[in-house]
Amino acid sequence: MKRVFLFLPLLAALILGIVLFAGIGKDTQTLESALVGKPVPAFELTDLHAPENTLSQNLFQGKVHLLNVWATWCPSCRDEHQDLMWLAHNQGVPIIGLNYKDDRAKALTWLKRLGNPYTAVIHDPKGTLGFDLGVYGAPETFVIDAKGTVRFRHVGVVNQRVWENELLPVINDVKESG
Amino acid sequence: MRRALFLLVIFSVSGFVSADVANVYNFDTAQQEQRFQKLAEELRCPKCQNQNIADSGAPIAKDMRDEVYRMMGAGASDEDIMNALVARFGEFVRYKPQVEKRTLLLWATPFIAVFGGLLIVVGVVIRSRRSADHEPALTAGQKARAEKILAESKQGNNV
Repeated sequence: MKRVFLFLPLLAALILGIVLFAGIGKDTQTLESALVGKPVPAFELTDLHAPENTLSQNLFQGKVHLLNVWATWCPSCRDEHQDLMWLAHNQGVPIIGLNYKDDRAKALTWLKRLGNPYTAVIHDPKGTLGFDLGVYGAPETFVIDAKGTVRFRHVGVVNQRVWENELLPVINDVKESG
Repeated sequence: MRRALFLLVIFSVSGFVSADVANVYNFDTAQQEQRFQKLAEELRCPKCQNQNIADSGAPIAKDMRDEVYRMMGAGASDEDIMNALVARFGEFVRYKPQVEKRTLLLWATPFIAVFGGLLIVVGVVIRSRRSADHEPALTAGQKARAEKILAESKQGNNV
């Protein structure tokens, strides 16, 4: 019986090793969105390209969208821009942009210079919709289903790998389950 | 010597310096100011994840502080405010995790570890005391041999 006690530290070390190993490679900065399963929060904000038009959460009805939170002051947003262009124009993915805490003129110039992957861009200069969505840093990309419910959030740049491993599977799931 | 004394004084009082976030906002009473400070210390900044929103300089922390202030002004309770922020940013922003099934192990582990450690210490002490009582360090035969060797070596020294 006393021999068993000799092995306890070894067992503890093994368990600790397994637990710690399971955490390797996981991004500690990523938080799961608290809005998964909830509808896009109600909002009334202007269209970036047409300030006289007001956009609301009804923008998302009818088909599955990606909602991409971006800003001209965000360097990673610049990095993912080409990938978003590819998604929008080569893969036919409808992307709605949320211009977060940004200057309208700067944002318009940016899009004109680099190209516009968005079917519509919401101008959120105070970040109120961003705050309600639980955005804590740009870029972030949400998958919204055809009923306007948030189904998934990715924090960080969207690239080929993220598209294939994270976003596309969710979109396919959402389209199947409706 | 004076320099060393000066440095000592500086470092010992530096611990009392803390940025009081509540000073940036206007409150009607000192109580409200304290309530704000307490709430700000119980909410974690989702961007700088090891800081509360009172200490963090991140823009999202400022947005969260603004929201706490706004909700306090609108008459919301502490629980309302916490729930509103958790609804947007997730349970992670609660600095003190709630005691529920999911976090039971998190809360219990320190107690389990300390209690387990105490058991081990008690076990070791009891076992060593028991062996000291019943098992002398040397058997009778070994004791006789030892005395013989000691006697021989004493004789050897006297020669």
